[in-house]
Amino acid sequence: MFANVHRIGKSLLLLELLKGLRLTGRNLFKRKVTVQYPEEKTPQSPRFRGLHALRRYPNGEERCIACKLCEAVCPAVAITIESEQRDDGTRRTTQYDIDLTKCIFCGFCEESCPVDSIVETRIYEYHGEERGDLLMTKERLLKIGDLAEPQIAADRAADAAYR
Amino acid sequence: MFEQIIFYSFGTMLLLSALMVISVRNPVYAALFLVLAFFSTSAIWLLLRAEFLAIVLVLVYVGAVMVLFLFVVMMLDINLARLRAGFMRYLPAGALVALVLAASMVLVVGGEGFNEIRESGLAERGPAYSNTAELGEALFTAYLYPLEIAGAILLVAIIAAIALTQRAKRETKAQNPDAQVAVRRQDRVRLVKMSSERDSE
Amino acid sequence: MLEMIRQMLNATVGQIVPAAWQAQTVEVMLIVMQITIILTPLMLCVAYMVYAERKVIGSIQGRIGPNRVGAFGYRLAGLGQPIADALKLILKEIIIPTGSNKFLFVIAPILSMAPAVAAWAVIPFAADTVLADINAGLLYVLALTSLAVYGVIIAGWASNSKYAFLGAMRSAAQIVAYEIAMGFALVGVVVAAGSLNLGQIINAQSGSLLHWYWLPLLPFFVVYFISGVAETNRAPFDVAEGESEIVAGFHVEYSGMAFSLFFLAEYANIILISVLSAVLFLGGWLSPFEGVLPKSAFTLPVIGSVLGGGIHWLLLKTSLFIFVFLWLRATFPRYRYDQIMRLGWKVFIPITLVWLVVIATLAKLQITPWFN
Repeated sequence: MFANVHRIGKSLLLLELLKGLRLTGRNLFKRKVTVQYPEEKTPQSPRFRGLHALRRYPNGEERCIACKLCEAVCPAVAITIESEQRDDGTRRTTQYDIDLTKCIFCGFCEESCPVDSIVETRIYEYHGEERGDLLMTKERLLKIGDLAEPQIAADRAADAAYR
Repeated sequence: MFEQIIFYSFGTMLLLSALMVISVRNPVYAALFLVLAFFSTSAIWLLLRAEFLAIVLVLVYVGAVMVLFLFVVMMLDINLARLRAGFMRYLPAGALVALVLAASMVLVVGGEGFNEIRESGLAERGPAYSNTAELGEALFTAYLYPLEIAGAILLVAIIAAIALTQRAKRETKAQNPDAQVAVRRQDRVRLVKMSSERDSE
Repeated sequence: MLEMIRQMLNATVGQIVPAAWQAQTVEVMLIVMQITIILTPLMLCVAYMVYAERKVIGSIQGRIGPNRVGAFGYRLAGLGQPIADALKLILKEIIIPTGSNKFLFVIAPILSMAPAVAAWAVIPFAADTVLADINAGLLYVLALTSLAVYGVIIAGWASNSKYAFLGAMRSAAQIVAYEIAMGFALVGVVVAAGSLNLGQIINAQSGSLLHWYWLPLLPFFVVYFISGVAETNRAPFDVAEGESEIVAGFHVEYSGMAFSLFFLAEYANIILISVLSAVLFLGGWLSPFEGVLPKSAFTLPVIGSVLGGGIHWLLLKTSLFIFVFLWLRATFPRYRYDQIMRLGWKVFIPITLVWLVVIATLAKLQITPWFN
């Protein structure tokens, strides 16, 4: 009986609602955590998984040996590889396409690669303006690799202890 | 002149929409035309300086009654063909009712009582005159018993409607918000104090 | 001021239209001018309320809200955002679904906007500053707010979409339920003030802060405001658009300007409910310092007019209520539908009925200082 009166009184006085309002009201004056994106950026880990790149050896030879492990492991089936024997007897890719519209940036390709050829860089601010812009071909991937090589190498070195 | 233009435009609108109410095929349209008819009526009443009645007409009929009408009409899948099938059969009875209504309206509007009201100059009172107060005074003094009887009848109708819908055994399952709201933490959660244990292998 | 404009208009209009029509023409022109003076700031307020809402809710959630769109190369804390939004919406195509009822589909947004705007005719902004000083002002407001539901119902039905229809049905039942509680709360105000005229209701509250009706009519005040939140389909009563269940409710099929009319109507209704709460329960334009400071304080040159009653107090009180609307939205999760119905029918209506009896008794006994 008394419990009922207590309960009804409490609910009529809106006590619990006021408690909730007090909580949100206090948060109104708390410090804001927004990061002002183009001017400020959040720190990135060396393991950041962004745009893909194909790496080369220091002597300029491309690393990829067309083992197709990445193609097999890719859960989104975003990678297409064709290969051929080159004149010097090694196997190399003739086609290495990554469809970025399919890619889910899981990083499995990078993990499966036996020669550290396909990697994901820290680049994430890119866009496509035309149909096909987000279909990365072998040439484009190699070019990204050439441009970002210092950063890629530094990230691999930083993460080497945990691999 | 100015008032007459307003009166005739709203009068035409009222008659046309009233005609549409009974002639359109789609019941939702009929309900919406009825809303328009109420609006036109209310505008004409405003011209007669009966602002209380005009606004209450909009408030009660347009704002509440017609909303529920629309609610029901939109929800129901009304079979139009069956509705219109008996038109000719019901025509004589309908015509009779219409005739009786028209006759009684002519008697009231054309009768002595109405002239008396018109000649008493009710419409010519100044802007300070509040017919809300007058109506209230009349309703709660001279017409108190009719008002109370009308109220009692409405109450009976409400209770009867609720009783009718509640009579059948409820087959749908639903939560009881009262019970849900009343639940306290201590009804559901039991805090148990235990000393920490270790697996003895 | 009004007289001056009227004379100027009389002089110019007299040369154009025949003498028999002059008086009416001038009167109509004056009314149109007054309407413009009320509506322009109102529409701006509506636009900037969207901005305020995003800022306040962002702030409560630890974000900062829009701060990019400015003007002339300056950011101005994002003050250009509403203008940009409006431009975008105006330029968008209004898509009319194939199976829809075209006429009703187009007219529904207008029907939801019109009552929200029309109700401002009777709102008194300061002593003797009101567009239409009619006797049944409160009833007029109640009647118009009850019409807002038509826009929603017709939009839901004309869209020929099940989600829109479900939203419309929810909204119709909800608005009808809360209108009764709202009406009873207003009856309490009428009993206390003895008038349906909004200006007279404010005058009846004059005296001091404790004379305002929020104190004697506290239950009505709370019920009225909560019903107002429900009536405007705002969180936590926004089941009509409950996006997690029925996509966007009654306006799923709307796009472009037609959609933004619904949006504007919702915000115009919020401002209306806020200003009405201020007028009916917080003394409208009356100053809170009245009865506290000595009379001589109000005759001081500048400070006196600030401390004394005026439109600035009404605006301040209205802003307070608008802020509470936003605060509620940032705090409470959406009610379940049956709980909404229970609250309306089984809690609010009994409370208002009981307190109505109390108020009527107090008014009959002429208990001072509120009922004399």
